[in-house]
Amino acid sequence: MCLAIPTLIKSIEGTTARAEVGGVERTVSLALTPEARVGDYVLVHTGFAISVIDEDEAHETLRLLEELAEFYTDEMVAAEMEQRPDSGPGS
Amino acid sequence: MKYIDEFRDPHLARKLLANIRAQSKQDVRFMEFCGGHTHAIFRHGLRQMLPPTVDLRSGPGCPVCVTANADIDRAIALAELPDVILTTFGDMLRVPGSRGSLQMARAEGGDVRIVYSPLDALQIARDNPEQAVIFLGVGFETTAPGVAASILEAEARSLDNFYTLSLHKLTPPATRAILDAGEVRLAGVIGPGHVTTIIGSKAWEFLPLDYGVPCAVAGFEPLDILQAVAAMVEMVEAGRPAVVNAYSRGVRPEGNSTALGIMQRVFEVGEAEWRGLGRVPASGLTLRGAYARFDAALAFPVEVGPSRQHTGCRCGDVLRGVVEPPDCPLFRRVCTPAQPVGPCMVSAEGACAAWYKYGEANV
Repeated sequence: MCLAIPTLIKSIEGTTARAEVGGVERTVSLALTPEARVGDYVLVHTGFAISVIDEDEAHETLRLLEELAEFYTDEMVAAEMEQRPDSGPGS
Repeated sequence: MKYIDEFRDPHLARKLLANIRAQSKQDVRFMEFCGGHTHAIFRHGLRQMLPPTVDLRSGPGCPVCVTANADIDRAIALAELPDVILTTFGDMLRVPGSRGSLQMARAEGGDVRIVYSPLDALQIARDNPEQAVIFLGVGFETTAPGVAASILEAEARSLDNFYTLSLHKLTPPATRAILDAGEVRLAGVIGPGHVTTIIGSKAWEFLPLDYGVPCAVAGFEPLDILQAVAAMVEMVEAGRPAVVNAYSRGVRPEGNSTALGIMQRVFEVGEAEWRGLGRVPASGLTLRGAYARFDAALAFPVEVGPSRQHTGCRCGDVLRGVVEPPDCPLFRRVCTPAQPVGPCMVSAEGACAAWYKYGEANV
């Protein structure tokens, strides 16, 4: 129930936005995130945007993960995979 | 960036797993509070990829599952009243109460409608001025602010036929209740990402401070969850419990002040009955006196008999993390998604539904 989907705001009128997720447009209330602007991604839960996604933080997280990834060489990962032959993240 | 595929990168996931394996020395059990996490963990096969030292245990973070039978019975009784339209999120429809479900009440003539948003319920109230429209308010801090905003909207529009039955619950008190009970030994808690967009990561600081337990707030993609597990393994191994925000693109330390303000304006904190946990002080939300006219519990005082539990169903123990679904004698034999005995098998966030859908091999 606490599902919330990243959704792109296309237009805003008052406290209501038209937003797009997966090619589908829908109406989203900005009553809980009045700071949201056109072009922002928001997390939408039960018709309400509950948080504006911070793009800089998203890039920073991925940058830190890439940094970590450089430390763990492919050989180390291969050794890891060998121990667990069925491993491999789904999508 | 669309904030989904980037956080499913299998290459980075393997590196994170290598990191976890290299760091993890002690046997640890972490609880993922949130049922959304349980399903993501199963769907992406994360349990089987983690080293054997790391055990993940589902928690009570499924609002439908923790709704007590007595409250389901009350919702059913409301749906059976004449001139009432009961609106609910879809997950609640098939949840069995003591003597039936909302779905059965609908089959017997009750006007029960599924809505995606409490705003849809408001629209139904506008379209049906002669009928009372009750919204079944089930959900944690993620959901309650939107329901509060809908009540404010109803007030602004002078809608006098809109009501809510507030069964909203708060997540930190439930986490405390589980740790206080001491039935399951936890080395860390994966904090619920979307709840925490509202309450803020600081709301979990009691975990390291009062219980010496680390917490990592996580998003719902594989990299988010693995990042949280890696952070907790690191904290356990270093003996330095803290709160780590592993979902910083969506969660701020202070949370969402607008949403918190609206929620606190409309609701006040009170005791709540949880399936599995019983009555937990200061763990529920009831409407404040100023909004009492929207309170379905006051406007429609229905009598329901004593609530009954299905003997054998261990949903309550599953919600406390004391047992896992296959430990329940009914799991898969008597209780299935087609014929659910307990709500943990019904809800899209229920642990039993995850175990059933993705298989017991996935551990």
